[in-house]
Amino acid sequence: MHVDSTLSLDQVAAGTPALTRLAAQAEVRSAPPPKDDGPLYAPRRKIYPQSVRGLFRRIKWAVLLATLGVYYLLPFVRWDRGPNAPAQAVLIDLPNSRFYFFFIEIWPQEVYYITGLLILASIVLFLMNAVAGRVWCGYLCPQTVWTDLFQAIERLTEGDRRDHLQRDGRKWTADTYARKALKHFLWLMVAWWTGGAWVLYFADAPTLVKHLATLQAPFIAYAFIGILTFTTYTLAGHMREQVCLYMCPWPRIQAALTDEYALNVTYRYDRGEPRCAVSKANELRARGEPAGDCTNCKQCVHVCPTGVDIRNGADLGCIQCGLCIDACDAMMTKLGRSTGLIGYDTDINIKRRMEGKPGFVKIMRLRTALYAAIIAIAGGIMIFTLATRESEGLSSIHDRNPMSVRLSNGAVRNAYTIRIVNKQLRTRDFILAFNGLPASLIDFVGVPPREDGQLLIDVGPDTTREVRVLVTDYGDTPPASTPIVFRLTDVATGEQAEARDHFFGP
Amino acid sequence: MAEEHKEIDQLTGTATTGHEWDGIHELNTPLPRWWLWTFYACIVWAIGYWVVYPAWPLLTNATQGTFGWHARSAVVTDLDELKALRGPMMDKLAATPVAQIVNDPQLVEFARAQGRVAFADNCAPCHGAGGGGGRGYPNLNDDDWLWGGKIAEIEQTIRHGARSGDDKGHQGNMPAFGRDGILKADQISAVADYVRTLSGLPVENGADLALGKKVFADNCALCHGPEGKGNHELGAPNLTDQIWLYGPDKETIVQDIVNGRGGTMPAWQGRLSEPIIKSLVVYVYNFGGGEK
Repeated sequence: MHVDSTLSLDQVAAGTPALTRLAAQAEVRSAPPPKDDGPLYAPRRKIYPQSVRGLFRRIKWAVLLATLGVYYLLPFVRWDRGPNAPAQAVLIDLPNSRFYFFFIEIWPQEVYYITGLLILASIVLFLMNAVAGRVWCGYLCPQTVWTDLFQAIERLTEGDRRDHLQRDGRKWTADTYARKALKHFLWLMVAWWTGGAWVLYFADAPTLVKHLATLQAPFIAYAFIGILTFTTYTLAGHMREQVCLYMCPWPRIQAALTDEYALNVTYRYDRGEPRCAVSKANELRARGEPAGDCTNCKQCVHVCPTGVDIRNGADLGCIQCGLCIDACDAMMTKLGRSTGLIGYDTDINIKRRMEGKPGFVKIMRLRTALYAAIIAIAGGIMIFTLATRESEGLSSIHDRNPMSVRLSNGAVRNAYTIRIVNKQLRTRDFILAFNGLPASLIDFVGVPPREDGQLLIDVGPDTTREVRVLVTDYGDTPPASTPIVFRLTDVATGEQAEARDHFFGP
Repeated sequence: MAEEHKEIDQLTGTATTGHEWDGIHELNTPLPRWWLWTFYACIVWAIGYWVVYPAWPLLTNATQGTFGWHARSAVVTDLDELKALRGPMMDKLAATPVAQIVNDPQLVEFARAQGRVAFADNCAPCHGAGGGGGRGYPNLNDDDWLWGGKIAEIEQTIRHGARSGDDKGHQGNMPAFGRDGILKADQISAVADYVRTLSGLPVENGADLALGKKVFADNCALCHGPEGKGNHELGAPNLTDQIWLYGPDKETIVQDIVNGRGGTMPAWQGRLSEPIIKSLVVYVYNFGGGEK
């Protein structure tokens, strides 16, 4: 589980004073060898994270309020689109195959926007990682946010770390059971509302809430609320750090994507080692001997939501939420020492400071520049295509059998199935024309042409219409294959769409 | 052997498994215990699955499962659901005359989708997958209709067929003028040449067109009309156009006259449901727009 990258081998060889580590190793070496192979399965170490105050805790509360606020309330935001579309700002309309996001409406064939969003999301994740490590894990990941909320509820009902530990360690009383029952009840309520908010994105939220309350909602809605209640309650209440340690692929990928310039939550062992109590430190310093600022108070370990000791260096289990920074800073302030024994830093800086050189932060690197460029390009392409996409479309399928038909007067006819797309929220009149054959006639099956010979067809709001189109050639000998173009024109606005096809001779 | 395993990796403080490759030791990192419980839970779930669903093969069938689920009954359920889903449109289709269906774009789209499948199942063996027809089987995409191409006429033909034995079906055969001794060989040859001239096809030098015209007027005009324009009532083809059911060459025309013709089409009323028949009418009419 522990990944050792704080100290490279050459640093160890150079004799840098990583005393804790050396001490720990000595301890391990001197421990008596176990009698058998040891357990195949490791029991879980229960974590009782202690509450903490400070800058990063405040940031986390703010992010929690913002993200959960958006998640729970967004379905109720209204957005007027006129009479032919739903008035919900964000709606995944599965029965009608539409996705609404404020002023954007996405059809199924435009799902590549989702692909674009996923590309953007992953590159933004990489960029955050290259700049300041696991920002996603520490502040934004739903697992982290909901776990944070559930831990707050736990502290509310069962008390902070010390109370909770003591109460769990004593014989359980009625009070213990009552507190635990209340905790699980509150957890289930939050989990239930989490599942409830999820389904509101798939139907008109106020109506669905009413239907859910009066048991009129479809079964699938209750099923999804049930599933998400269960997963939220299990993952945020019970699994917590186990999700990060054993289930999530990102820590593994992240470790492969990071580099030595990325800022990470780091214990500055150059300043902290050797650890010693305050009085001993004063004594040592008076004698002119080295003494570190770390008093081994273990506050950083006690507040850690994943049970990591940050002083052991970079760790797979460390989600870099910064709470240990808050804990250590509070302690250092009490002792009258300068804060920042734990902080966002790099191993390079630690090494440089030990050599007497100043540290530096290098945000602009090839890696970050490339990520930023990809984000700009991908985002630019998406915004451009979204802004310039057309609200009408035309596609044509040529009959396969028969490819062409000879009529009684000797003329040759081809048939096409044409689909006209109208993405606007009003009915539009279109004229369909085509060119490519000099002596020819175009005809809708069952729709008479206008007096000027043009084909007029109306397509309802936000829908498509399929028409069968016949093209007849009166030329003497139509060639085996002639490219032709169908052109659709909006009568009112003049907007156009084209479809290319072929005309086949007999 | 267990004794040798107890080696502690110095850097991580983790026990090794005792496996070593060129000095590289494998650390022993045990799985979490909840993972093991998840695995056991899956086994319990699987046992439950065996009980409630068909699972174990027996000699002649398999264990049936307490839920009574069966792949075939599941298909029936799905089909029933589909039927219920289509119900309102099917009822509307059954209640609307075809002449009005073609004015309702929504009904047309529904009928065409359904007609495509019904056509492939029932009509394609003779008329081809896209209604392109073949020798002796009319092309349904052109504008030449033996029994009439107006939508009501198409409906009549599909419902009752041609020479199908159905009382309301189309009747009328072309006699075997040669085989039954009605016409002599020279008369047949002459009338075959004359028929070719009706649609502007060339004939051999020395063809007796005068005789042919006379024979045509005496024997053929009754059904095919004095000008050879055909007759929808009798299914007599128009001989003046560019479309030939059997072929425009003289040999084929002579065969037509000697042996007669009388292609048949089955009556579909009673074999297919009302909405399916109407869907077929709309689908066939939509091939080429029928007859103006």
